[in-house]
Amino acid sequence: MKPFDFLQPATIDEALSAWTDGAAWLGGGTNLVDLMKTGAVQPDLVIDITRLPGLNAVEVLPDGTTRIGALVTNADLADHPEITARAPMVAEALLSGASGQLRNAATVAGNILQSPRDAFFAHQEPASDPLASAGSLSVLGAEGTATAVNPSDFCVPLVALDAVVELQGPDGPREIPLAGLHQLPGQGARTALRPGELILALRLPPEAAGFAANARYLKVRDRTSFAFAMASAAAALKIDGGRITAARLALGAVAPKPWRVAEAEEILTGQAPDPELFARAAGAALAGAVEIGGNGWKIDLARRTAARALAMAAAGTPARIPALPASPFGTTAGDHAHA
Amino acid sequence: MPDTTQPIRFGSNAGQPVSRRDGIAKVTGAAPFAADNQPDNLLHAVYAPAAIARGRVTHLDVAAARAHPGVTHVFTPANRPALEGDPDDKPTMFSFRVEVLQDDTVRYAGQPIALVLAETLEAAHEGVRLLAPRYDMEPSRVTLDDATPFDVEPGGFGRPAATVHGDVEAGHAAAARAIDVTYETAAQYHNAMETHAIVAQWDGDRLHLDVPTQALNISCAAYAAFFGIPAENVTISSPYLGGGFGSKAIPIGPNVLAILAARAMGRPVKLMLTRQQMFGPVGHRGATRQRLRLGTDAAGALTVIDHDGLSATSTFDDFMEPAANASQGLYAAGALRSTHRGVRLDIGTPGPMRAPGEASGSAALECALDEMAEAAGLDPLDFRLINYAETEPGTGKPYTSKALRECYAQGAERFGWAGRPLAPGQMRDEQGMLTGWGMGTALFPCPMFFAEARATLRPDGTALFETSAADMGQGAWTSLAQIAADSLGLPLEKVEFHAGHSSLPDGGVAGGSGHTATAGTALHTAGIDVVRQLGEIASADPDSPLHGAGNARFVAHDGRLWIEGDDQRSDAIEEIVMRAGGVEITGQGQGGRPQEVGETYAMNAHGAVFAEVKVDPDLGQVRVSRLVGAFAAGRIINPKLVESQLMGGMIWGLGFALHEKASHDPATGRILNADLAGYHVPVNADVQGLEVITVHEDDPHVNPLGIKGVGEIGIVGTVGAIGNAIWHATGKRIRHFPIGIPDLLG
Repeated sequence: MKPFDFLQPATIDEALSAWTDGAAWLGGGTNLVDLMKTGAVQPDLVIDITRLPGLNAVEVLPDGTTRIGALVTNADLADHPEITARAPMVAEALLSGASGQLRNAATVAGNILQSPRDAFFAHQEPASDPLASAGSLSVLGAEGTATAVNPSDFCVPLVALDAVVELQGPDGPREIPLAGLHQLPGQGARTALRPGELILALRLPPEAAGFAANARYLKVRDRTSFAFAMASAAAALKIDGGRITAARLALGAVAPKPWRVAEAEEILTGQAPDPELFARAAGAALAGAVEIGGNGWKIDLARRTAARALAMAAAGTPARIPALPASPFGTTAGDHAHA
Repeated sequence: MPDTTQPIRFGSNAGQPVSRRDGIAKVTGAAPFAADNQPDNLLHAVYAPAAIARGRVTHLDVAAARAHPGVTHVFTPANRPALEGDPDDKPTMFSFRVEVLQDDTVRYAGQPIALVLAETLEAAHEGVRLLAPRYDMEPSRVTLDDATPFDVEPGGFGRPAATVHGDVEAGHAAAARAIDVTYETAAQYHNAMETHAIVAQWDGDRLHLDVPTQALNISCAAYAAFFGIPAENVTISSPYLGGGFGSKAIPIGPNVLAILAARAMGRPVKLMLTRQQMFGPVGHRGATRQRLRLGTDAAGALTVIDHDGLSATSTFDDFMEPAANASQGLYAAGALRSTHRGVRLDIGTPGPMRAPGEASGSAALECALDEMAEAAGLDPLDFRLINYAETEPGTGKPYTSKALRECYAQGAERFGWAGRPLAPGQMRDEQGMLTGWGMGTALFPCPMFFAEARATLRPDGTALFETSAADMGQGAWTSLAQIAADSLGLPLEKVEFHAGHSSLPDGGVAGGSGHTATAGTALHTAGIDVVRQLGEIASADPDSPLHGAGNARFVAHDGRLWIEGDDQRSDAIEEIVMRAGGVEITGQGQGGRPQEVGETYAMNAHGAVFAEVKVDPDLGQVRVSRLVGAFAAGRIINPKLVESQLMGGMIWGLGFALHEKASHDPATGRILNADLAGYHVPVNADVQGLEVITVHEDDPHVNPLGIKGVGEIGIVGTVGAIGNAIWHATGKRIRHFPIGIPDLLG
């Protein structure tokens, strides 16, 4: 790989002031290092932020906000009692991603910034036909352009729960909703991060915990584990007196960003949960979908996945995360020895 | 579980589930693999792979690469030193044309187009990146429809001949029911955990290679030919392979380049392929399209199996997957025809990949059988039993042994096949998942190659056995030592076993499922040669109880030499040796099959695989919930290793059925998923309820040890069983592999 300088700053200020054009932040390295090896990313300077203090905690603030430090690993977050209690679908999504080894290394900030896994992102020269990887092309939010989907599982329940990203940069701190972090084609860069900005934390607002009793993440893929989603959905409901009083629905692996669908949430709110309602909401969620490169199946699959996730959420969050998290086979008896 | 009631014929070691003798070395990292070698003054070599499949390299920025710190040299077609042997030649029958920078033509993506040498691996990789190749690209042909098929001209390895038995047209005409179906299998790439690697060191005109190879001595000859030196000037050390699967049986171009660079630079050179580089110049299982026309009479007896296979090969060499041959040896059809056609694509030359021909051919055949059974209204197992071949179909040759009927019975019993609904879509589990049961028959031939071995009985009562035989992870270090120990009647711990080096007697090829039989026979006969000499010494020794036994046959067990069939007279081996002056006794052995055996008999390992799948009715996601395989493969030397190897094969079959597929970019011809993130094989969570039954089979003809081999048969049958189970679950007959979610939605 291309030679690069390497820094391990001890403080956030040091890290911020070390930033130059052509630098890259290094967290768990599970994405960046792969891309450096293929040459898709060639930083001149790698700034290892894993020694920065104060970014490793999960805490519940007095108002009920859950604050997650940027360097918390996927594995630690998925097992954290505040997360499994307040946002179980976040834990389920994390555990459905990658492998145990990768989850031990990957950090939450790195996860939400991960690059598309589309083959064309990693090997861009010479010109190729992006439609060949239609399975990983967006059917929503891309206006029919060949744009890879955001591959994160973690982001899908986060965006459904109105997560907020805390940033620190050369111009000081700011925060943006996670829903605004990833950008669509035509909006400029892939994320709204400014040069030299560092993610310090994610926040889940107090209301998130209100969905804990009926919240699921469902991930569909050709392999039972260790594969990116072909379609996924995070569904969370508040059910009171046989009626849905609040609903959240976000889709994964269908758009360049985690795809929250307000129209579907409106259809669900105030209704009694039933399969026909879920089908209607899922239909609305995919209403604007555009097939590209023959991936019409993905639209169909995403619709079915959304409807199933809603049904699973309505059935109630299981007491324990299934042995095969987020899998359609997650509840199959006898899985425990094999997951 | 293995059948532990199986008799042990030759001693106390064979038949025992001995743990791997190399197991601890491997799990602790102590076992040296080729790339672990770090000779002094080492140079690292990395080659630049072509990023397009067809065209010409128009520019390489050699100056930029040369200028990078640590880079010492860049070889391109413009300055590549001459080879003494023509790389277009095939120095051995297991060779293909190698690409070693002959010219600037790009014939497939991943082809080496330059070689960078550097003091560090990182510098060599960066040198490759800095070459920034530019191309004059031509439209690539990478799918079976992109070029015109041709009839295969038979010519041995990779060029299968058409085979016809009986009157095919009459078979079609006689059919009361018929099907005409076409199946496709995707291009698959061997991905052993250890990628190809070599450390090449020259000493004058002598060459030493640390390189994983399934065929040590053949490889010496092949590499020697490229460099114009005698084969005996080449030594290869290959104690361990991190998987071979056929890919490491073939001399490869990148290795030739590394050897060439080592000679040109006068320094040792190491080259190890990256994972991405495994998708190109080191062989693969070519894509196939297979048309099967089957007919039965009113009772369900097959009147004809007419199997045509179209197989992808490269534009510059021939390896046509002999898929259609899978229909020759299995079912008692009135007429059989296997024909082969090829299509030339801009791909690396395919090659043997675990169960070449049988895996792809069986996938299509076993699904077609299922379709035929359905058309005939018969249970798939009953249909196969109706068409059970008591002698080899076509030739009428007797089998050396064939316990396939027992495989069917034991597999079906363990699986619980009885009561399976005939119609699809009838079963759901408690979660509402569509549930289906399918089966497939497995067959794999029992080839033997040629091997030599040496046995040395030492005065201290221990023995040394030597053969170059490679262990590619299957357990040869252990099972071959078990065979060796039994030939002298010694406990395993008294036997030192040397293998994995070309200076040892030629152990032949670890491939074709014939290694244990071939090298094992050589070791066994070497031990028997020692026993014969012991008998001569004892017979001539007046102090021996065996004195005067003359031409009697001797056997060794429990540390003593016995006259065969006489349990009264024996002598302690140690005492025979001591009285003779404490000499070492060396025996020579050979393994191979007399030609007349193959002319007289048909020889196959057989098996029956039963699969249960669950399919989500809405989402189309598939999980194989149970696999039961019952295999009859002659004598089982080590049930533990054999069971593991059969399991590994069945898991590969699962990957063939549901996962493995190389996807090409139509614009450049490049493989898009050329890494293990994109090229899927099963993970632990995909494998549930896997059961292996080894069915007892006593085979007096296949070879003296009665071994048939188990390296490949596990894949065969499994693919079709899973495809058939998916049909039984869903009613959807998917006629390609792998089968994925888009095929099964809703």
